[in-house]
Amino acid sequence: MHIMIDLYLTFTKIGAMMFGGGYAMLPILQREIVDNKKWSTADQLADYYAVGQCTPGVIAVNTATFIGSQQAGIAGGIAATLGVVTIPTVLILIIAAFLSSFMDSVIVAHAFNGIRACVTALILASVIKLFKGSVKDWPTRIIYIAVLALAAAGNFLAAPERLTRLWNIITSPVFLVIISGMSGLIIRSVQRSVKGGRE
Amino acid sequence: MIYIRLFFEFCKVGLFAVGGGLATIPFLSDLGSRTGWFTAGQLADMIAVSESTPGPIGVNMATYAGYTAAGVPGGIVSTLGLVFPSLIIILIIAGFLNKFRESKTVDAVFYGLRAASAALITAALLQVARIALMNHEMSNGTTQLFYWPAVILAAVVFICFSYTPLRKMHPIVFIAFSAVVGIVLGM
Repeated sequence: MHIMIDLYLTFTKIGAMMFGGGYAMLPILQREIVDNKKWSTADQLADYYAVGQCTPGVIAVNTATFIGSQQAGIAGGIAATLGVVTIPTVLILIIAAFLSSFMDSVIVAHAFNGIRACVTALILASVIKLFKGSVKDWPTRIIYIAVLALAAAGNFLAAPERLTRLWNIITSPVFLVIISGMSGLIIRSVQRSVKGGRE
Repeated sequence: MIYIRLFFEFCKVGLFAVGGGLATIPFLSDLGSRTGWFTAGQLADMIAVSESTPGPIGVNMATYAGYTAAGVPGGIVSTLGLVFPSLIIILIIAGFLNKFRESKTVDAVFYGLRAASAALITAALLQVARIALMNHEMSNGTTQLFYWPAVILAAVVFICFSYTPLRKMHPIVFIAFSAVVGIVLGM
């Protein structure tokens, strides 16, 4: 199959299975992109997610653009992006036509309580894989714990009254991703100079 | 012309919303009150719909708002507008990364970034878990701290998906199975 068609169809399929937002896409991506298609490694997927979180736009779409363009340049990026939004767009257009009856359906509500529990478990399995691939030594353990603490605090705790602006900045994904990238740069150069000094 | 306007308004939303679908909501509510394309109530409905359909909420909202403003073509134009800025930005970053793939600097940046990415996804997992497994409103009006049927379902799925031969199955099989369990148990 032509790579463009393959990219478009693969991401159309992924888009159709993406229940519960960008993070729910991770288990599906690990299966489709890493295991089946071998378009990226698990580590590269983590890289794309990191970039997708600190650039504008929807994480799921950003990750699709990234993988597509790594496979087949600009056209590949466009093909993957169009693929991932196709089914959600069509579905919403259908639902928009009879919105209230869909939302009021008790069966839909029950089904989604089940799906949410399932998605929680699937994301947990993906996070464990990611953790093993990316947190391997003391510096990365410290980065992991610090970022998790700040991000979780931002999600779960109310901002302190006087420091709302500062709080919002230091708990935002953009800030955390940028600081972690800079930390990586500093840690690696310190490690290199220590090694160089010894030799 | 309405289509061009829809495209550019959603371009703006896509450009400024950083950090996932929920980040688009403040921009969307501002857009709704400025243009009258959708009301705050419709926005709330859409958030609920997005939670129950595949696809990112930002994309879903663009489709829906475009549809209410200008029919099916409006829905499509708005969706394309939303993804356009990030498409350009990611293509530039991806091109840059390809060029410097072997660079020690890029490698060092990602050494730190990967750990942060794992941590951010863990934080998102905690949020999802809280919605899915905790503070469930029972049919008699009381609220339970842990919703046990959901906790048990999640545990079963996790064990099957991680430690049994069933892990070879596609994640969508587990999602479909859980939807059926939800309906049968009336979760």
